Amino acid sequence: MKLPVSWLYDFVDVRDVPVEELAHRLTVSGLEVGEIRFVGWKMPVRAEGEKQAFKISGLEWDPEKFVVAEIRAVNPHPNADRLVLCDLFDGQQERVVLTGAPNLFEYKGKGPLDKPLKVAYAKEGAVLYDGHKDGWHLTKLKKAKIRGVVSDSMVCSEKELGISEEHEGIIIFDDDAPVGVPLADYIGDAVLDIDILPNNARNANVLGIAREVAALFDRPLRKPETSLQTVGESLLGKARIEISDPALNPRFMLGLIRDVQIGPSPYWVQRRLRLAGMRPVNNVVDATNYAMLEIGEPLHAFDYDVLRQRAGGDPVTIITRAARDGEKLVTLDGEERTLSSVNVLVCDARGPLSIAGVMGGLESEVTENTRNVLLEAAAWNYINIRRTANQHALHSEASYRFSRGVHPALAEDGLKRGLYWMAQWSGGQVAPDFIDNYPLPPKTVRVQISSNDVRRLLGLELSAQEIAALLGKLEFACEVDGETVTATVPPFRMDIGEGVIGRADLAEEIVRLYGYDRLPETGVRDVIPPRPVNPLYDLEETLRDSLVKLGLQEVVNYRLTAPEREARLYAAAPEQAPAESDYVRLANPIAPEKRVLRRHLLASVLDVLERNQRLDDSLAFFEIGPVFIPSDGPLPDEPHELALVMQGARREPAWDDARPPQLDFFDLKGVLEALLADLQLGPARFEPLRDHPFFHPGKAARMIVQEQEIGLFGQLHPLVQDACELDKAPVLAALIDLDGLLNAAPRRAIRPISPFPPVLEDIALVVDEEIPAGQVEALIRQTGGKLLADVRLFDVYRGEKIGAGKKSLAYSLTYQAPDRTLTDKDAAKLRKKIIKRLERELGAQLRG
Amino acid sequence: MLDKLQQIETAALTALDAVQDEAALDAWRVRYLGRQSELMQVFSGLGQLSKEERPAVGRAANQVKVKLEAALDEKRAALKEAALERALREEKVDVTLPGRAPRRGRLHPSTQTLRRILGILGEMGFQVFTSREVELDEFNFQYLNFPPDHPAREMQDSFYVEAGERGDNPVLLRTHTSPGQIHAMRYYAAMNPDNPPPIRIALPGMCFRYEQITARSEVQFNQVEGLVVGENVTFSDLKGTLAEFARRMFGPQARVRFRASYFPFTEPSAEVDVECFVCGGKGCPVCKHSGWLEILGCGMVHPVVLQNGGYDPQRYTGFAFGMGPERQAMLRHKIEDIRYFWGNDIRFLKQF
Repeated sequence: MKLPVSWLYDFVDVRDVPVEELAHRLTVSGLEVGEIRFVGWKMPVRAEGEKQAFKISGLEWDPEKFVVAEIRAVNPHPNADRLVLCDLFDGQQERVVLTGAPNLFEYKGKGPLDKPLKVAYAKEGAVLYDGHKDGWHLTKLKKAKIRGVVSDSMVCSEKELGISEEHEGIIIFDDDAPVGVPLADYIGDAVLDIDILPNNARNANVLGIAREVAALFDRPLRKPETSLQTVGESLLGKARIEISDPALNPRFMLGLIRDVQIGPSPYWVQRRLRLAGMRPVNNVVDATNYAMLEIGEPLHAFDYDVLRQRAGGDPVTIITRAARDGEKLVTLDGEERTLSSVNVLVCDARGPLSIAGVMGGLESEVTENTRNVLLEAAAWNYINIRRTANQHALHSEASYRFSRGVHPALAEDGLKRGLYWMAQWSGGQVAPDFIDNYPLPPKTVRVQISSNDVRRLLGLELSAQEIAALLGKLEFACEVDGETVTATVPPFRMDIGEGVIGRADLAEEIVRLYGYDRLPETGVRDVIPPRPVNPLYDLEETLRDSLVKLGLQEVVNYRLTAPEREARLYAAAPEQAPAESDYVRLANPIAPEKRVLRRHLLASVLDVLERNQRLDDSLAFFEIGPVFIPSDGPLPDEPHELALVMQGARREPAWDDARPPQLDFFDLKGVLEALLADLQLGPARFEPLRDHPFFHPGKAARMIVQEQEIGLFGQLHPLVQDACELDKAPVLAALIDLDGLLNAAPRRAIRPISPFPPVLEDIALVVDEEIPAGQVEALIRQTGGKLLADVRLFDVYRGEKIGAGKKSLAYSLTYQAPDRTLTDKDAAKLRKKIIKRLERELGAQLRG
Repeated sequence: MLDKLQQIETAALTALDAVQDEAALDAWRVRYLGRQSELMQVFSGLGQLSKEERPAVGRAANQVKVKLEAALDEKRAALKEAALERALREEKVDVTLPGRAPRRGRLHPSTQTLRRILGILGEMGFQVFTSREVELDEFNFQYLNFPPDHPAREMQDSFYVEAGERGDNPVLLRTHTSPGQIHAMRYYAAMNPDNPPPIRIALPGMCFRYEQITARSEVQFNQVEGLVVGENVTFSDLKGTLAEFARRMFGPQARVRFRASYFPFTEPSAEVDVECFVCGGKGCPVCKHSGWLEILGCGMVHPVVLQNGGYDPQRYTGFAFGMGPERQAMLRHKIEDIRYFWGNDIRFLKQF
């Protein structure tokens, strides 16, 4: 909400409080001021390095350079039809001022004016906005010759003064404007842009904020004047109200004003409406808006004569009801709206007149010919208004307020204030009596709160009297009984609950008025509670650390994707790809490529690889996170996965190593083995994986730890690689099952270090090509037993020397005992045993 | 004979002077001290000398040998020193050539910031509690005191999941980590329903809002919430806890501002601003010239929420606070486009 501060002063006198201080106090107490826009008033000057608190914008009007002046005659320009020369008096001197303002043309050449025009006058040297440029550009008034006439000053439009974007003509003030007075003193202002949160809906109006300000600064609140002089016949008997469902429409009031003269509102009204972000229309419509901004009760004006005509001589009957599905109404913007049962209508006996709380109908709208106005002030169910406004995309100042809840008590205050201003500005006469149908008054809420409650909730020591005094500032009626206060909620608030909820609500009011800034800072005194068991989270963090250490980059992707993105993983077996229905689908996706939740983490990580293809020589990414699999229940399963991919150079290239070898299967395997070692798991067993659609059938494996498969990895299937539009270099990928890792038992105990020297020896064995190296090593380890401390494969050789279909595996063996020095004889014995077993079981031959 | 020894010595020492390197030195040693050298021949010829001559010649020959050996050692040491000096003088690298980069992995900046936050909260006794990302409306909104059609729902536009007609309890992607508050309270309350234990946890996780993706807004973002429940927990404790958090997170000088705000699931509620650490509060583009950065929303857990979690609001009170790691990372690293986070461009990730 945009609040002109001058308007606030109508209800609470805080002229002595600097605007920034006002904004600060409002912000701290829950009405956040985002920006202060100065419109004429002196802007705060800050010393270098001084702390700033708000965004400040706008223009201040130098009191020496901007004054109220009067135009006494408008004369033609000798050389230009579209310019005029004004005889102007600025309170001290008579001057001639040149302008092209079209709203002065009607006075041109008519000699001295009977009634001088009061205007905003800027003298030479004044800094103001350039009215002819789009946007806001400051300019300084200088002496210039325009079409042969010297000009050094000007009469201003709203745009030039920074009031609004209006630049159609100059401002013409009300007749009582005091000539010679600095403009800033007459119409200067500052506008606070206040963020109204849902619990502050009651404060989306000047009076509401004034009430807060009065409480915060301990000043009296001046309630708005609403006493009406009534004339003529009573409204009673001329109209009646039927409410079909009080839950939709708890209250409906009507008032009547006769013989209005439709015309523009006074300038000060137009200015305030514009500063508050509304567009002035005419004195009747402006009165409804002005009163709404003041009181918070949206009003609706009907042309009474149109309703009378529709009633055909009967009293006007207003009926409120839910709309029928498919019912139609042309709203005042000329659109035909098709309605539904969630919309509430204000009708007469002939049919719908307006969409309640949202927008009026075209037929009964006030026009320039309107003479008599029937003014509606009502209360509506906020849910219907909210749904209606959303359904028809009709967001207005009225629907904004009604959709957040307006207390029915405000109807009367709003109606009176609206009629009061209408009578003042349009010359109409208010008819005696209102019609008030109020079937569902909200019940009065009373809440008990004690000193102890305040201590328990806030940590503040306040007596019952102090509590009552604080709440009293916000118009809670309080009774004190011992340490307990019984507070009656004032009849404009709908945000205070009952019982334990009401106590929390009151606690907020108490601490707001006490001052959030004065609240002490204390620590929690409770003991630290038991630690929740979260092994999955702990595992994920360990994995992240390990993978980063191993040189992989963590990525985090959108959970949202499209099935066709993931289908690329199944390029080698399209029939296995999940169907759209296998996904968790969004009912309201923001874009087609983000319409489901991912099932495959690998697809996300490959996306990242694709996007970074040309950006680095060596790419290695991993992601840990959930995938989403529909289940039998309403909520999907969310298993967590780890996916990693690697592609490109094995090392970062260097100036003397421009083309390092490419990463291959064994680089990835090494990473996974190191990962397991970090988790104190392993050694793992690896088995060929021949039939998985993601992987190259000859270059993929299952990783098995403690007889449980915990991951799949290998080189990406060439068709998948093509489908993902990846470069030719091999892509290595792994999928790790976090549940599998969680279930595996880590080996925590370390092996002691033997103080006795090891015996080292190398052996080379020739075996058939088909025999996996892992099998050879396993057999060596098994046979070597405890004395074989380590086995390391250091060479694999194929060639003529050993014949086709064979390979030579060279191992370095370390024999070591924990309790004695092994002799060559011991080693020879073990070696013999190992070789014999390899010969017998694998047909291996010791290579010379 | 003695003259001859004298000549040998002179010749050898002169020759040694001319030696410039190890190879020449070895040649010199063979020539003057080797088995075939003149000196050694003198030794082997001693037997043929007269009994009278023998001791004097032997003594003299030995003296020459000792002298030459000492000269050899000295020369060797000198050569080594000279070689080292030369090496140190001549061998050099261009120190401006680039180093060979090791492969370096990094945590995603969101993870880094999450860890920073959770690390500090951990020091303050908050334990991590995680919960699911797809939720029922009940958990995301209703148990948290957002009834259907509540205006505050507009602050959190949601992604809904196709799950058949579910009336007022549709399935959605959680819009905040707060459903975890209900899960956590129920988890703890189940330990001892008549006497639920106190709670002090941090709830990190990914959240989702239906928004257009722009430099300033994203459809997914992380959140970290803190939740404390007990029989002795006050709004002043909340303020003290967050002031302490801010000092640990932003430095001991960090000033915080506590101001009234609104969230359906807390009452009273507050927004916490920390003095802009970019400009020190003077006003800059990062803090939008306000001098303050909004970093946290918080408040006392609403009685309805405590009740829904299985904690009697007549007996227990609690506070909760929530913050956005990506927002904090953006402030800290002056990241101007939130889309960088899930874009995973290596040129961005490499800078962390």
